[in-house]
Amino acid sequence: MTAWRLALRLLGRDWRSGELYLLAAALGLTVAAMTAVAAFGDRVESGMQRQGGELIAADLVVDDGYAIPPGFVERARALGLATATTLEFPSVILVGDATQLVQVKAVEAGYPLRGVLRVRSDARGEDAPAPSGPPPGEAWAEARLLPLLGLDDPAGLGAEIALGSTRLRLTQVLTQEPDRGASLIQLAPRLLVNAADIPASGLVTPVSRVRYRLLVAGDPGAVGAFRAWAGVQLPRNAQIIDPEHARPELAGAVAGATRFLRLASLVTLLVAGAAIALASRRLVERQTDAVAVMRCLGAPRHLLTRIFVLRLLALGLGVGLIGAGIGYGAQFGLVALIGDLFAQDLPPPSVAPLFLGLGTGLIALLGFALPPLVQLARVPPLRALRRDLGTPRASVLGSVLAAGLALGLLVWWQAGEAQLAARVLAGVAATLLVLVGAALALIRLAAWVQPRTRGVWRLGLAGLTRRRAAAVLQIAGFGIGVLALLLLAVVRVDLLRAWQAGLPPDAPNRFLINIQPQDLDPLRAFLAGHGLGTPGVLPMIRGRLLRINDHSVDPDAYPDPRAQRLAAREFNLSHAEQPQRDNRVVAGRWWGPGDPADQFSVEEGLARTLGINLGDRLTFWVSGHEVKARVTSLRHVRWDSFNVNFFVVSPPGLLGSEATSHITSLHVPPGAEATMAELQRRFPAVTPLDVDALLGQVRSVMERGAAAVEYVFAFTLVAGLLVMLAGIQATLAQRRGEHAVLRALGARRRDLLAALAVEFTVAGLLAGLLGTACAELTGWMLAGQVFDLDFAFNPSLWALGVLGSAALIGLAGTLASYPLLVRPPLEGLRRGG
Amino acid sequence: MTKNSGTEVARAAGLGKEVEGPAGRLTILHALDLGVKPGEAVAILGASGSGKSTLLGLLAGLDQPSTGEVWLCGQALAGLGEDGRAALRNGRVGFVFQDFQLLPTLTALENVLLPLELGGVRAPEPIARSALGRVGLAERAGHYPRQLSGGEQQRVAIARAFAPSPQILFADEPTGNLDEETGGQVIDLLLGLRNAAGAALVLVTHDPRLAARCDRRLGMRAGRLEPLA
Ligand SMILES: Nc1ncnc2c1ncn2[C@@H]1O[C@H](COP(=O)(O)OP(=O)(O)O)[C@@H](O)[C@H]1O
Ligand SMILES: [Mg+2]
Repeated sequence: MTAWRLALRLLGRDWRSGELYLLAAALGLTVAAMTAVAAFGDRVESGMQRQGGELIAADLVVDDGYAIPPGFVERARALGLATATTLEFPSVILVGDATQLVQVKAVEAGYPLRGVLRVRSDARGEDAPAPSGPPPGEAWAEARLLPLLGLDDPAGLGAEIALGSTRLRLTQVLTQEPDRGASLIQLAPRLLVNAADIPASGLVTPVSRVRYRLLVAGDPGAVGAFRAWAGVQLPRNAQIIDPEHARPELAGAVAGATRFLRLASLVTLLVAGAAIALASRRLVERQTDAVAVMRCLGAPRHLLTRIFVLRLLALGLGVGLIGAGIGYGAQFGLVALIGDLFAQDLPPPSVAPLFLGLGTGLIALLGFALPPLVQLARVPPLRALRRDLGTPRASVLGSVLAAGLALGLLVWWQAGEAQLAARVLAGVAATLLVLVGAALALIRLAAWVQPRTRGVWRLGLAGLTRRRAAAVLQIAGFGIGVLALLLLAVVRVDLLRAWQAGLPPDAPNRFLINIQPQDLDPLRAFLAGHGLGTPGVLPMIRGRLLRINDHSVDPDAYPDPRAQRLAAREFNLSHAEQPQRDNRVVAGRWWGPGDPADQFSVEEGLARTLGINLGDRLTFWVSGHEVKARVTSLRHVRWDSFNVNFFVVSPPGLLGSEATSHITSLHVPPGAEATMAELQRRFPAVTPLDVDALLGQVRSVMERGAAAVEYVFAFTLVAGLLVMLAGIQATLAQRRGEHAVLRALGARRRDLLAALAVEFTVAGLLAGLLGTACAELTGWMLAGQVFDLDFAFNPSLWALGVLGSAALIGLAGTLASYPLLVRPPLEGLRRGG
Repeated sequence: MTKNSGTEVARAAGLGKEVEGPAGRLTILHALDLGVKPGEAVAILGASGSGKSTLLGLLAGLDQPSTGEVWLCGQALAGLGEDGRAALRNGRVGFVFQDFQLLPTLTALENVLLPLELGGVRAPEPIARSALGRVGLAERAGHYPRQLSGGEQQRVAIARAFAPSPQILFADEPTGNLDEETGGQVIDLLLGLRNAAGAALVLVTHDPRLAARCDRRLGMRAGRLEPLA
């Protein structure tokens, strides 16, 4: 009881005296960052959960690259199950002269069998559930499609759109679609139409790329019976999807994204932790006398320990609550940046993130602040009589252990799995070691230079080198801030620029897909007639890889997710006499005119991923029968050329007789939009894919993702500033004494100011050097190892990082210590230190 | 309890203190003996660095001697741990320091309350207020140390020392940081309150006039005590 009362009283007093502001700011910042990210993740996850079993809009789905055999529907009906068929394919719609790629989904009456569609038809009005999909003649669009078409939301509703050869009226804005798809991010906006309108559109022919889905729902027993029957009858290119199967992929992607943000928010904790530790040490120094007196007055050590722990807890709870509140608010920023990438609308956050933020704050406080504070109880009472006894220091090992333990606990908590946590921690520890080591080396260098300088330089550098521990912490902490900022703001842009510079200016920027055989000649004539050249039009045949030699291809047998996807999916195959111009045969040899037809040429990356070797026998399933041939060459393909390319190519003799659509790529100069609209009207079945627009969308998703990470790292940067302030505060008492003596000895205020500026500017310079070097190194490694690009070192990055950091820290540090100089020297002398 | 402690509130026997310095072992106190009777005022005089503060710290149990023994309020300190000695001091021993040592974040009243609260006194506030009143600072109860002059701060420290009604008071150069006139007032207060409370006093000073007002004077020279006239 005594302990609580004293703890609260002392806490209140310390608060009013301003001693705790820094500690509180660092703690509050950490809690805010963690809460913001946790609340965002919470919203995304509960949004997912709400969709839950409705994720496939049915109890069971048969998914096929070709039309579902009619027998399946009959069988399901016979078992008393409800059915609905959906078709999904990309297409381009026209409104006036505006064209836009959309992901069309055509649904039969009855869809969705599970879950609900929600729509709205006015701007502000609440959305409402729709019992079924759009009636024939109508189309419903995702909200973001309207502005892309130059339509206002909702005034643009009622507009007429051309989908292939048919015309539909846009009547509703689609706000929720239960089976929006297993991919996390849909690049093209959704257009929901009635399946009855598809034949008239002329968009779906036997060779077009369409996903067919048969949805069934009903009595679990009947669903089970249907599943058993379908399992046997299933066409080789089809698969059965159930809710349990559909969920993990999506949930995994979402969990991965939110986990990444969480781990990013831990960087804030790490930097803020340094500020907390520094501020606590200062607190200990300031409290030493008080503790010595209390011990003289007979306070037992355990009581003092209890008082300090309770005080810390009370502070943690109070500040934590405020920080959690701020984080709760900051979460809206994240949602504004990337929320719509995850789900159409996110439910409000629960209170769980508040507790997570609070818990994090307390753990951080205990890990970073407690070790120095418990030392307080060890202050010898004799210190009240003999000031020179000094402050007891927490052992470095104990502090590092406690901080490491707290950090490990939090990383483990946030990462959700021990292995990832261990890897993250190892990365953090390695980075810290490098940063601290480099900072130490730089300080050593400064210490070597210092005696060789004179005047304010000597004084300023001494300020840095004599307080080595504080300086190292400060420089390393700032280095992290500079590193994070440069990586996100500059290196990302450099990487993108390097990639774009690698593209020739006349690189193809449009793909035309779904070219029907009868359209081939008219299309060639159209392109030539409009000055778009005579691009090669290549046949495209869909096939699924069944066997490599005698082994069945089982997606689950591959450890690598990319290999799993490739093995599960249909490839685009083609046939050709000659290899494409930008292909290079790297193993085996390409076929000549008289060679046997049963040969495949395989792209080397695919071959590596799936474990295909020269001489292997591949079996594909192509439009209802098997096609077998031997791999006689491997090719290197430059995918980033944006020419049409294929994983697997055969001589015309092997695949030439299969059902085929065609594809081409061409460069459309700016200003040819009218030509493209005309092309769309003349060849409604052809789907043009605008590479620039697609890339633009990819880039905008990337940029928004990066903006979200930057948002989180902004907290880290503030934490870096707090580290600096804490560093200055930690040395304030000492500086006060020094300055008083120097002034008494006749130093002018100007000289002292210059010395301060030297000290902090040099610290900023060193931190900038460190952070910039790390950022360049990371960018260089990313470019070389991950993206296979030539990375040019960027002089402006160095200018920005090193000079910016020197200026910022120099200015901030000098300003923060300026109050020392305006005090009369006597005050500093009297206080002693 | 031993026969030595029956009549004396503080006693040292064969007390010695040695420390390891950079130039080898340094002996600060040489086997000295001292007894302080209840209510007695003892002045210890000596040059700076002669070992006065060291002796005071050992008598109050703030540090452990190298040789010899100390009894405080009838109890041998030798067998007690740090916390045992703290518990013994609580409420029985008062301190006045040369540099006042008020807690800067607490008001005058709260500073005086501190030892009472640490001792678990039930209604500490009236006691603390009356102690402040006795040093003439009742109106300054809500002021922080930095809002008080040196003399006023030392008066608050005296109130803090007397508030729990201690049996013995240790004062280490209580006027060392004060001008002569203020120092005189502080000493008047200190001695007056001591008389009223009947507490023993061990006063370290190098002001002979101050020492003259005590019952007994001892001189400290190079770690040895000798009686003075
Ligand atoms: N722990 C210690 N380590 C080293 N020297 C000490 C220690 N404690 C006291 N001394 C030395 O012992 C001598 C006596 O100190 P002190 O008792 O403070 O003297 P006084 O109070 O009489 O001025 C001084 O020279 C002081 O430096
Ligand atoms: Mg002394």
